[in-house]
Amino acid sequence: MSDQKFQEVLKSEEFKRLAKKRWTVSLLLTFVMLLVYFGFLLLVAYDKELLQTKVGEYTTIAIPLGIGLIIFAWIMTGIYISWANKVYDTEVEELKKKL
Amino acid sequence: MLLLQTTSTSSLGETNWVSISIFFAFVALTMYITWWASRKTKTTSEFYAAGRSISGFQNGLALAGDYMSAASFLGIAGLVATLGFDGLLYSIGFIVGWPLIMFLIAEPLRNLGKYTFADVVAFRLKQKPIRIASAIGSILTILFYLIAQMVGAGGLVETLFGVDYTWAVIVVGIVMMCYVLFGGMLATTWVQIIKAVLLLGGATVLVFLALWKFDFSIGNLFQSVSEKYGQESLGPGKYFANPLDAISLGLALMLGTAGLPHILMRFYTVPDAKQARKSVFVATGFIGYFYLLTFVIGFAAAAIVGREAIMKFDAQGNMSAILLSEALGGKFFLGFIAAVAFATILAVVAGLTLSGASSIAHDLYVHVFRNGESNEKGEVKVAKYSTIALGILAILLGLIFKGQNVAFMVGLAFAIAASANFPSLILSILWKKFTTQGAVWSIVVGATSAIVLIILSPTVWEKVLHLKDAPFPLKNPALVSITLSVLSGVIVSLLKPEKEAQEKFEKEKIRTYLGVGAE
Repeated sequence: MSDQKFQEVLKSEEFKRLAKKRWTVSLLLTFVMLLVYFGFLLLVAYDKELLQTKVGEYTTIAIPLGIGLIIFAWIMTGIYISWANKVYDTEVEELKKKL
Repeated sequence: MLLLQTTSTSSLGETNWVSISIFFAFVALTMYITWWASRKTKTTSEFYAAGRSISGFQNGLALAGDYMSAASFLGIAGLVATLGFDGLLYSIGFIVGWPLIMFLIAEPLRNLGKYTFADVVAFRLKQKPIRIASAIGSILTILFYLIAQMVGAGGLVETLFGVDYTWAVIVVGIVMMCYVLFGGMLATTWVQIIKAVLLLGGATVLVFLALWKFDFSIGNLFQSVSEKYGQESLGPGKYFANPLDAISLGLALMLGTAGLPHILMRFYTVPDAKQARKSVFVATGFIGYFYLLTFVIGFAAAAIVGREAIMKFDAQGNMSAILLSEALGGKFFLGFIAAVAFATILAVVAGLTLSGASSIAHDLYVHVFRNGESNEKGEVKVAKYSTIALGILAILLGLIFKGQNVAFMVGLAFAIAASANFPSLILSILWKKFTTQGAVWSIVVGATSAIVLIILSPTVWEKVLHLKDAPFPLKNPALVSITLSVLSGVIVSLLKPEKEAQEKFEKEKIRTYLGVGAE
């Protein structure tokens, strides 16, 4: 692992593309998470009547939405982890070989 | 129709021997683990990071254990029991920070750092100023969190076991000190894992027994709540009347989670970034499941125990999970759940103390007083002295704040974590042009504005100081203090660029993305 090889990898297109791809995926997922969460909060703040709509005999739409949001957060971490395991790690291994 | 009797009497407050026996069994088991761990805890990497020997799955459970405090177990169940659906909004706020930890923080943190999150903030900036500022941010977060937990522990034990408050606080302080002092991160991790399993198991049994009463139909449970307390209980109510309040609290909970020093520190206990990633997935799953359970527990407590009976013990409803366990499983089950709640507090304060000690020894002692030259033995020694000092401080603070309204302190801890720790950490990871001065300003402005604004807010001004018309309108300051922190960090960095920091940012990219050279 010489310094020169480090520099080569650092300047290579593949490395730059990998770094860019990583943040594109991360920031996109972050954006979706923020959108869904604050969308739900704004709904709670501004349209309580809508959320009081019944979907069962007594169950309101707020309950499946709220519980769904908790499950959604977990699924989002699952999406990232499966992308990172399949795509990211493979490319990292490729680049590591060149060092 | 369901026939449900409302419990009017409770054995709460009497000395419960079941509870005391279970609690002592927990302490005995964890002390045995501490003794086992103490033989493997000699170096700094062992003391702070369990020698990086914890697997992703184990760390996921331990993260869940660190995060599921008694405040969320008893507190959220209580909010759902007394307010209805609005309580769930807290659960949602507490979970949505975890995906952000996954996407933005876990991997770079693991690759760039060694023991504390300040390692990452400082990796390409000037060590001394960053270490001092980050240590202040960490220690403030930890202290406010610690006070809330200690006072909660004392109060809880007094109500539950009929044991004196003072003794409860002293016992919690000493036992927790033993875990950290002798067993370091290895013992603390296993305490978290055991506690997480007990808490998840206990809550699952509680939900099972509760749903049994309703023929395993959640619809029947909602029906009972609706008939007793009105249909409004099942949807958003008055608790979040002001939209800005909802958003500010939402931000504090979401970004605060991603800035809690004792949570961030756990990512150094796994061998690499891949395991760090896995541990977030596992933790989010367990924490999410736990919040679903507390939601059912809260509604079941309202339906079976009744709001009046719950609020007789505590106006915020903190005793609802405990009272429900008695109504469903008698004195024995009450004892079990009470012991689990106590063990929960014990585990959380141990995690907090270890993280505070690492900040004092690693950030302040090594990087400020010894210019980054660490000798293993000296650093472990300082970390152990810091543990003792923090343990004693925790006991004293627990005694000083006895009987005070400390509910706001958890909110404050999250607000400081969100406005001082999170912005500097994320800007350091993501933004090439971030500078030393920028980071220091962002931390100082974030922490100061969070503290000043919460004092001026209705949360402290009206509810704690009993003054009229709070000068600051929001209940949680995060919306303003995070904005101020990010703005000052960005503006100061742009005004005076730091060339060296930008060069280092590029140079360290191999380590950031490939994990080559990570410790």
